Amino acid sequence: MASQEVLREEPSRGSFINDPKVRGIFFQAVVVILLVAGVWWIVHNVIENLQRLHIASGFGFLKNRAGFDISESAIAYSSDSTYGRAIVVGLINTLIVAVAGIITATIIGFIVGIGRLSHNWLIRKICTVYVEVFRNIPPLLVIFFWYSGVLAVLPVVRESINLPFGSFLNQRGFYFPRAVWGDGSWLIFVALLVGIALAWFVARTARQRQMATGQQFPVFWTSLALIIGLPLLAYVLSGFPLTFDFPKQSTFNLTGGFQVKPEFLSLYLALSCYTAAFIAEIVRAGILGVSKGQTEAAGALGMRPGSILRLVVVPQAMRIVIPPLTSQYLNLTKNSSLAIAIGYPDLTATAGTVLNQTGQAVEGVLIMMVVYLVISLVTSAVMNVVNARMALVER
Amino acid sequence: MQEHDTAWVRTEMALAQQAPAGVRGPLAWVRKNLVGSVGDIILTVLGIALVVLILPPIINWAFISAQWVGADRTVCATAAQGGIQPDGWSGACWAFVNAKFGQFMLGRYPIEERWRPILVAILFVALLVPLLIPRVPRKGLNAILLFLVLPIVAFVLLVGGMFGLPHVETQLWGGLLVTLSLSFVGIAVSLPMGIVLALGRRSKMPIVKTLCVVFIEFVRGIPLITVLFFASVMLPLFLPAGVSFDKYLRALIGVSLFAAAYMAEVVRGGLQAIPKGQYEGADSLGLGYWQKMVLIVLPQALKLVIPGIVNTFIGMFKDTSLVIIISMFDLLGVVKQNFSDPSWATPQTTKSGLIFAAFVFWLFCFGMSRYSMYTERRLDTGHKR
Amino acid sequence: MKHIAIGILGAAALGFMASAASASTLDDVKAKGFIQCGVSTGLAGFSAPDDKGDWKGIDADFCRAVAAAVFGDGTKVKFTPLSAKERFTALQSGEVDILSRNTTWTINRDTALGLNFVGVTYYDGQGFMINAKKLPGVNSALQLSGAAVCVQSGTTTELNLADYFKANKMEYNPVVFEKLEEVNAAYDAGRCDVYTTDQSGLYGIRLTLSAPADHVVLPEIISKEPLGPAVRQGDDQWYHIVKWTYFALLQAEELGITQANVEEMKTSDSPEIKRVLGQEAETKIGTDLGVSNDWVVNIVKAVGNYGEMFERNVGTGSPLKIARGINALWTKGGLQYAPPIR
Repeated sequence: MASQEVLREEPSRGSFINDPKVRGIFFQAVVVILLVAGVWWIVHNVIENLQRLHIASGFGFLKNRAGFDISESAIAYSSDSTYGRAIVVGLINTLIVAVAGIITATIIGFIVGIGRLSHNWLIRKICTVYVEVFRNIPPLLVIFFWYSGVLAVLPVVRESINLPFGSFLNQRGFYFPRAVWGDGSWLIFVALLVGIALAWFVARTARQRQMATGQQFPVFWTSLALIIGLPLLAYVLSGFPLTFDFPKQSTFNLTGGFQVKPEFLSLYLALSCYTAAFIAEIVRAGILGVSKGQTEAAGALGMRPGSILRLVVVPQAMRIVIPPLTSQYLNLTKNSSLAIAIGYPDLTATAGTVLNQTGQAVEGVLIMMVVYLVISLVTSAVMNVVNARMALVER
Repeated sequence: MQEHDTAWVRTEMALAQQAPAGVRGPLAWVRKNLVGSVGDIILTVLGIALVVLILPPIINWAFISAQWVGADRTVCATAAQGGIQPDGWSGACWAFVNAKFGQFMLGRYPIEERWRPILVAILFVALLVPLLIPRVPRKGLNAILLFLVLPIVAFVLLVGGMFGLPHVETQLWGGLLVTLSLSFVGIAVSLPMGIVLALGRRSKMPIVKTLCVVFIEFVRGIPLITVLFFASVMLPLFLPAGVSFDKYLRALIGVSLFAAAYMAEVVRGGLQAIPKGQYEGADSLGLGYWQKMVLIVLPQALKLVIPGIVNTFIGMFKDTSLVIIISMFDLLGVVKQNFSDPSWATPQTTKSGLIFAAFVFWLFCFGMSRYSMYTERRLDTGHKR
Repeated sequence: MKHIAIGILGAAALGFMASAASASTLDDVKAKGFIQCGVSTGLAGFSAPDDKGDWKGIDADFCRAVAAAVFGDGTKVKFTPLSAKERFTALQSGEVDILSRNTTWTINRDTALGLNFVGVTYYDGQGFMINAKKLPGVNSALQLSGAAVCVQSGTTTELNLADYFKANKMEYNPVVFEKLEEVNAAYDAGRCDVYTTDQSGLYGIRLTLSAPADHVVLPEIISKEPLGPAVRQGDDQWYHIVKWTYFALLQAEELGITQANVEEMKTSDSPEIKRVLGQEAETKIGTDLGVSNDWVVNIVKAVGNYGEMFERNVGTGSPLKIARGINALWTKGGLQYAPPIR
C-alpha cells in the first residue's frame, strides 16, 4: 500500500473546482451549516412553543410524587414514590422480560434450528412450519394472540387449575409458593456458591487430566452432587430455615405466594416464540456454514454424533452465529416495548404514563430514547466481547 | 505421533458390518427418514403425537365447525351466550370477518368513494406482476410507472381534492390500505435513503461519515415505538406555531427513517463484500465517484444483499402494525377496533379476527420471502467461491 | 431519480400539511373553513363514531355548537380522535383548535400544560363497576380490598384510584392499559374484578360488555371529575368564543329556547330572549365576540340547547339513560349556571 502511494504521481489539476479535496471540504461545510441551522431552528421552535404556551419544561418533575401505582415492580414502589423511580421500575421490568425472553428464545431457537437439519423428516417439517409461521407474523399480533389466548383459555380464579407443589394457574396468572428465607439461610447461599466454585474446579482438573492421560471423569454427576448436595446439607445443618408462603384463595384473588401475571407471561412467551424463529434460522445457517469435511473428519476419528455436534460443529458454528444473534437479542429487547399494548409496565409504558401525567412530552420521549440506546449499546458491547473471545480460537 | 499410547484410539479392528439395506422405495424412505435409530423412533412418535394433538382441533375449529356467513353475533354464540349454536360449540367466526371485510380492507373510507382505492390496488397489481416476472420485457418503463407514476396517481386518487374528486381525509383511511400504502412508500423511500446513508458511512469525509454513523446507530438502538411516539407527541412541538403535519404523514416519516437505518447496514454489508479491485478498476477507468458507485459498485453490491433487503422490507411490513399504538388503524388496528362492536362480541370473534389478520400478514411476508429466494437463485451469477 | 423522488415526497408533504401561521385562532379557523376538534377514540355518549363514521356524543356536539357560532353551520367541523397521551400535545401544537374529549379540569393542566379550560360541560365523578354475578355480596367500594382493578393509564382516574385505596388502607392490584378498548376487553375477559373510570363512562362501557346485565356500578363516587373543553392559552378571543358558546347552550335551556322553537322565539316578547337571540336593534353582542349577532340562533339550530344535547347523547334519549343529577340547571337544583348574556 505505502509503496503504491509513493509511486503515484500527483494528478494534473484542471481547475480548483474539480479538486476532490476542495469539493469534499466544501460539501462538508454545507452539511455542517445545514445541520447547525436545522438544529437551531428546531431548538428555537421548541423553546418558543413551550414559552408561548406556558408549558413547564426541564427534568425537575422527576423528583415529584408520582401518585399512580404500578402493577409489577421488582423494587419497592408505591404511589408516594417519585416519577424518576417509576421510570426505573419500568426499566427493570423491561430488563426482566428481555433477559427471560433472550434465554428462552435461545433455547427454543437452538432446538428448532438443529431440528430443521434433523435426519427425521417429520421433525424437520414441524420445525420448518414453526419457523415459517412465526417469522412472517408481526410480533404485536403474536403478543395479542398469546394475551387473548391466555385470558380466554385459562379458567377464572374460582376454578383455578391446581398444579403440584401448591401452584395454581388461572386467568390472573401463574401462582406458586414463595420461599421465605428464615434466619441462617445465608448458609445455603454460601453453600451454593461453594458448590458452583468446586464444580468449576472439578471440571477444570478433569479436563486437564483428560488432556494428559485420556482418562475421563464423571464431571456432570459430580458437579450436580456438589451444586445440589452442598446447599441441601447446609439447609439441614442450619435447622431448616426455609419455609414457603402458599397462595390462598381470598375474596377476589389468590393472595400470598408468588404471582406471574398474564401480561408478563404472554409478552415473554410471545417474544420468545417470535425471536426463536429467527434464531433457528441463524443457527441453521451457522451449522450449514461449517464445512462437511469437519463432520466427516470427526466421524472418522470415531466420535459419536453428539460429541461431533458439541465439540466440533457448534464451536465453529458459533463464530458465524454470534453477530446475527446479537442483533436478534437487541431486536427482542426493543420489541419488549410492545408491552404497552397489553399493559405490562415496561419502560415505554411507565415513561409514557409519566409523560402523560406531567404533560412533558419532549422530556419523556427523550428519556425513553436515551435509555433504550444505552441498553442497546451495552448489549452490543457485551456481545462484541463474547465474539472477540470466540474469534480468538481461529488461527 | 507414531505410537498410539493415548487411550481413546481404538487398537483392534472393528468387525465387518452387514451389507446395507435397500435405499430405494417408500419403505427405505421411511426407514431412513423416520425410524433410522431408536432416537429417531422416539422423535417420530413424539412428532406424530404433536401433530395428532394439534392438527385435528385446529382443522375442526377453522373449517368444520366454523361459521362462514351470518348477520350478527348470534351465529357465533352458543345458546347460553344468546346465540343459536349448541352449548359447547367452538368454531371460527368467519362470518365476522366476512361482514367486516370492507372495513378490514379500507377502514372508514367513504363507501361511495371506495372505487378509488380499489382502482389503485388494481393498477398496483397490474404494474407489479409484470415487474416480478423476469420474462416480461420493458422492465425500465415498468419500474418508472410503478415507482414514479403510480405514487402520483395513487396520491391523487386516494387523497382527492382535485380533478373533481372529493377530498378524503387520511383519518378515514384504514385497514389493509394503510398497511400497504405505509409499507410501499416506506420501501420506496427507505431503499434510496439507505443507499445514501451506507455510502455516507463509507465516505472518506469525516463529518459526513460521523453523521451517518450517529444516525444509523441511534435509530437502530431505539425501538420503533419510541420513534412513533416521537412523531406523534414530540414532532408537533418542533415545528413553528400553526404548522402541523398530518398524523399519517408523521407515521410515514417515522417508519421510513427507521427502515432506512436498517437498510443502510444491509447495503453496507454488500459494499464491503465487493473486492477492492472493482473500486480500483473503476478509478483507473477515470470514472467519478457517482459514476463508479452507480455503474460498477452498487449493481454488484445490491445483488449480493437482495435477501437482506427483502428481509428489511418484510420487517418493515410487519412493523407498520405498530401504528396502532399511536391510534392509527392499520389492518390489525381495524380488526382490534371491531372487537368492541357489541353486535359481534362473542368469545370466538377475537380469535377469528386475529387469525385472519395473522393470515393476511403471513401471506404477504411469506410471498415476499419466497420471491426473494427465487430471485437470489436467478441472479446467482458471480461471486461464488 | 433521487431528485424526482424527493420532489414527489415534497409534493405529498405539502398535500398533507396544514399550514396556517397566524396569531389568531379565529382567523385561522375562518381561513381554513372548519374547526378541527380533538375527541376521544370512542366513548359512547361523549364522542364515538357511529356505523357511518359520524361522531356522536356531547363532546362532539359541543364542537358542532362552536362551528355553528363561528360559521353559522354546525357541520363545518372535523374530528381528530386522540389517545390520552396525544391529547395535550395535539392542542398545544395547534393540530386541533378545541380539545373536547372528556378531559378533567385540574389546576396542573391549566398552569403547567398551557391549556385553558372553558367550563364544565359534564360534572362527573369516578366510580367503580363490578360483575355482580361473579362477586355477590359486594355492594360497596370499601369491600374491594385485594381486588384487581382495571384502569386506563395517564388519566386522573389512575391517580384518584391510588389515593382512594391508600386513604382507606386497602390493597389493590392495578391492571393498567393504554387504550380504553383494551381496558374494556380485559375487564370483559375477567382479567380484573373492578373497572374504574368516570361514572358516566362506566354506564357507557357497561353497554358494550358481553353481558351488561351482570354488571353493577357501585354507589361510591370517589372524586370530582369536571369534564370540559379546553383551548390553548394566549388567544383570549378564541377562549371567549368557546366559553360563551357553552354559556349560550345553558342560557338557551334556561330560557326554554329549543331546536324546534328557536325560529318562533326570535319574535318573542321577552326582551331577554330577544337579546340572547340577537334580535335587538343595533345589538353588538355577537360582533363584539367576533361572530355574527345571530350566533345563539345558529348554535341552537345546530345542536339544540344544553338539555337537549344532554338527553340526546347520555340521558333518556340514549341507551345510557343517565339522570341529569348535578348536571341540571341551577334553577332545578343542579350546578349548571351561566353568567348573563347582556
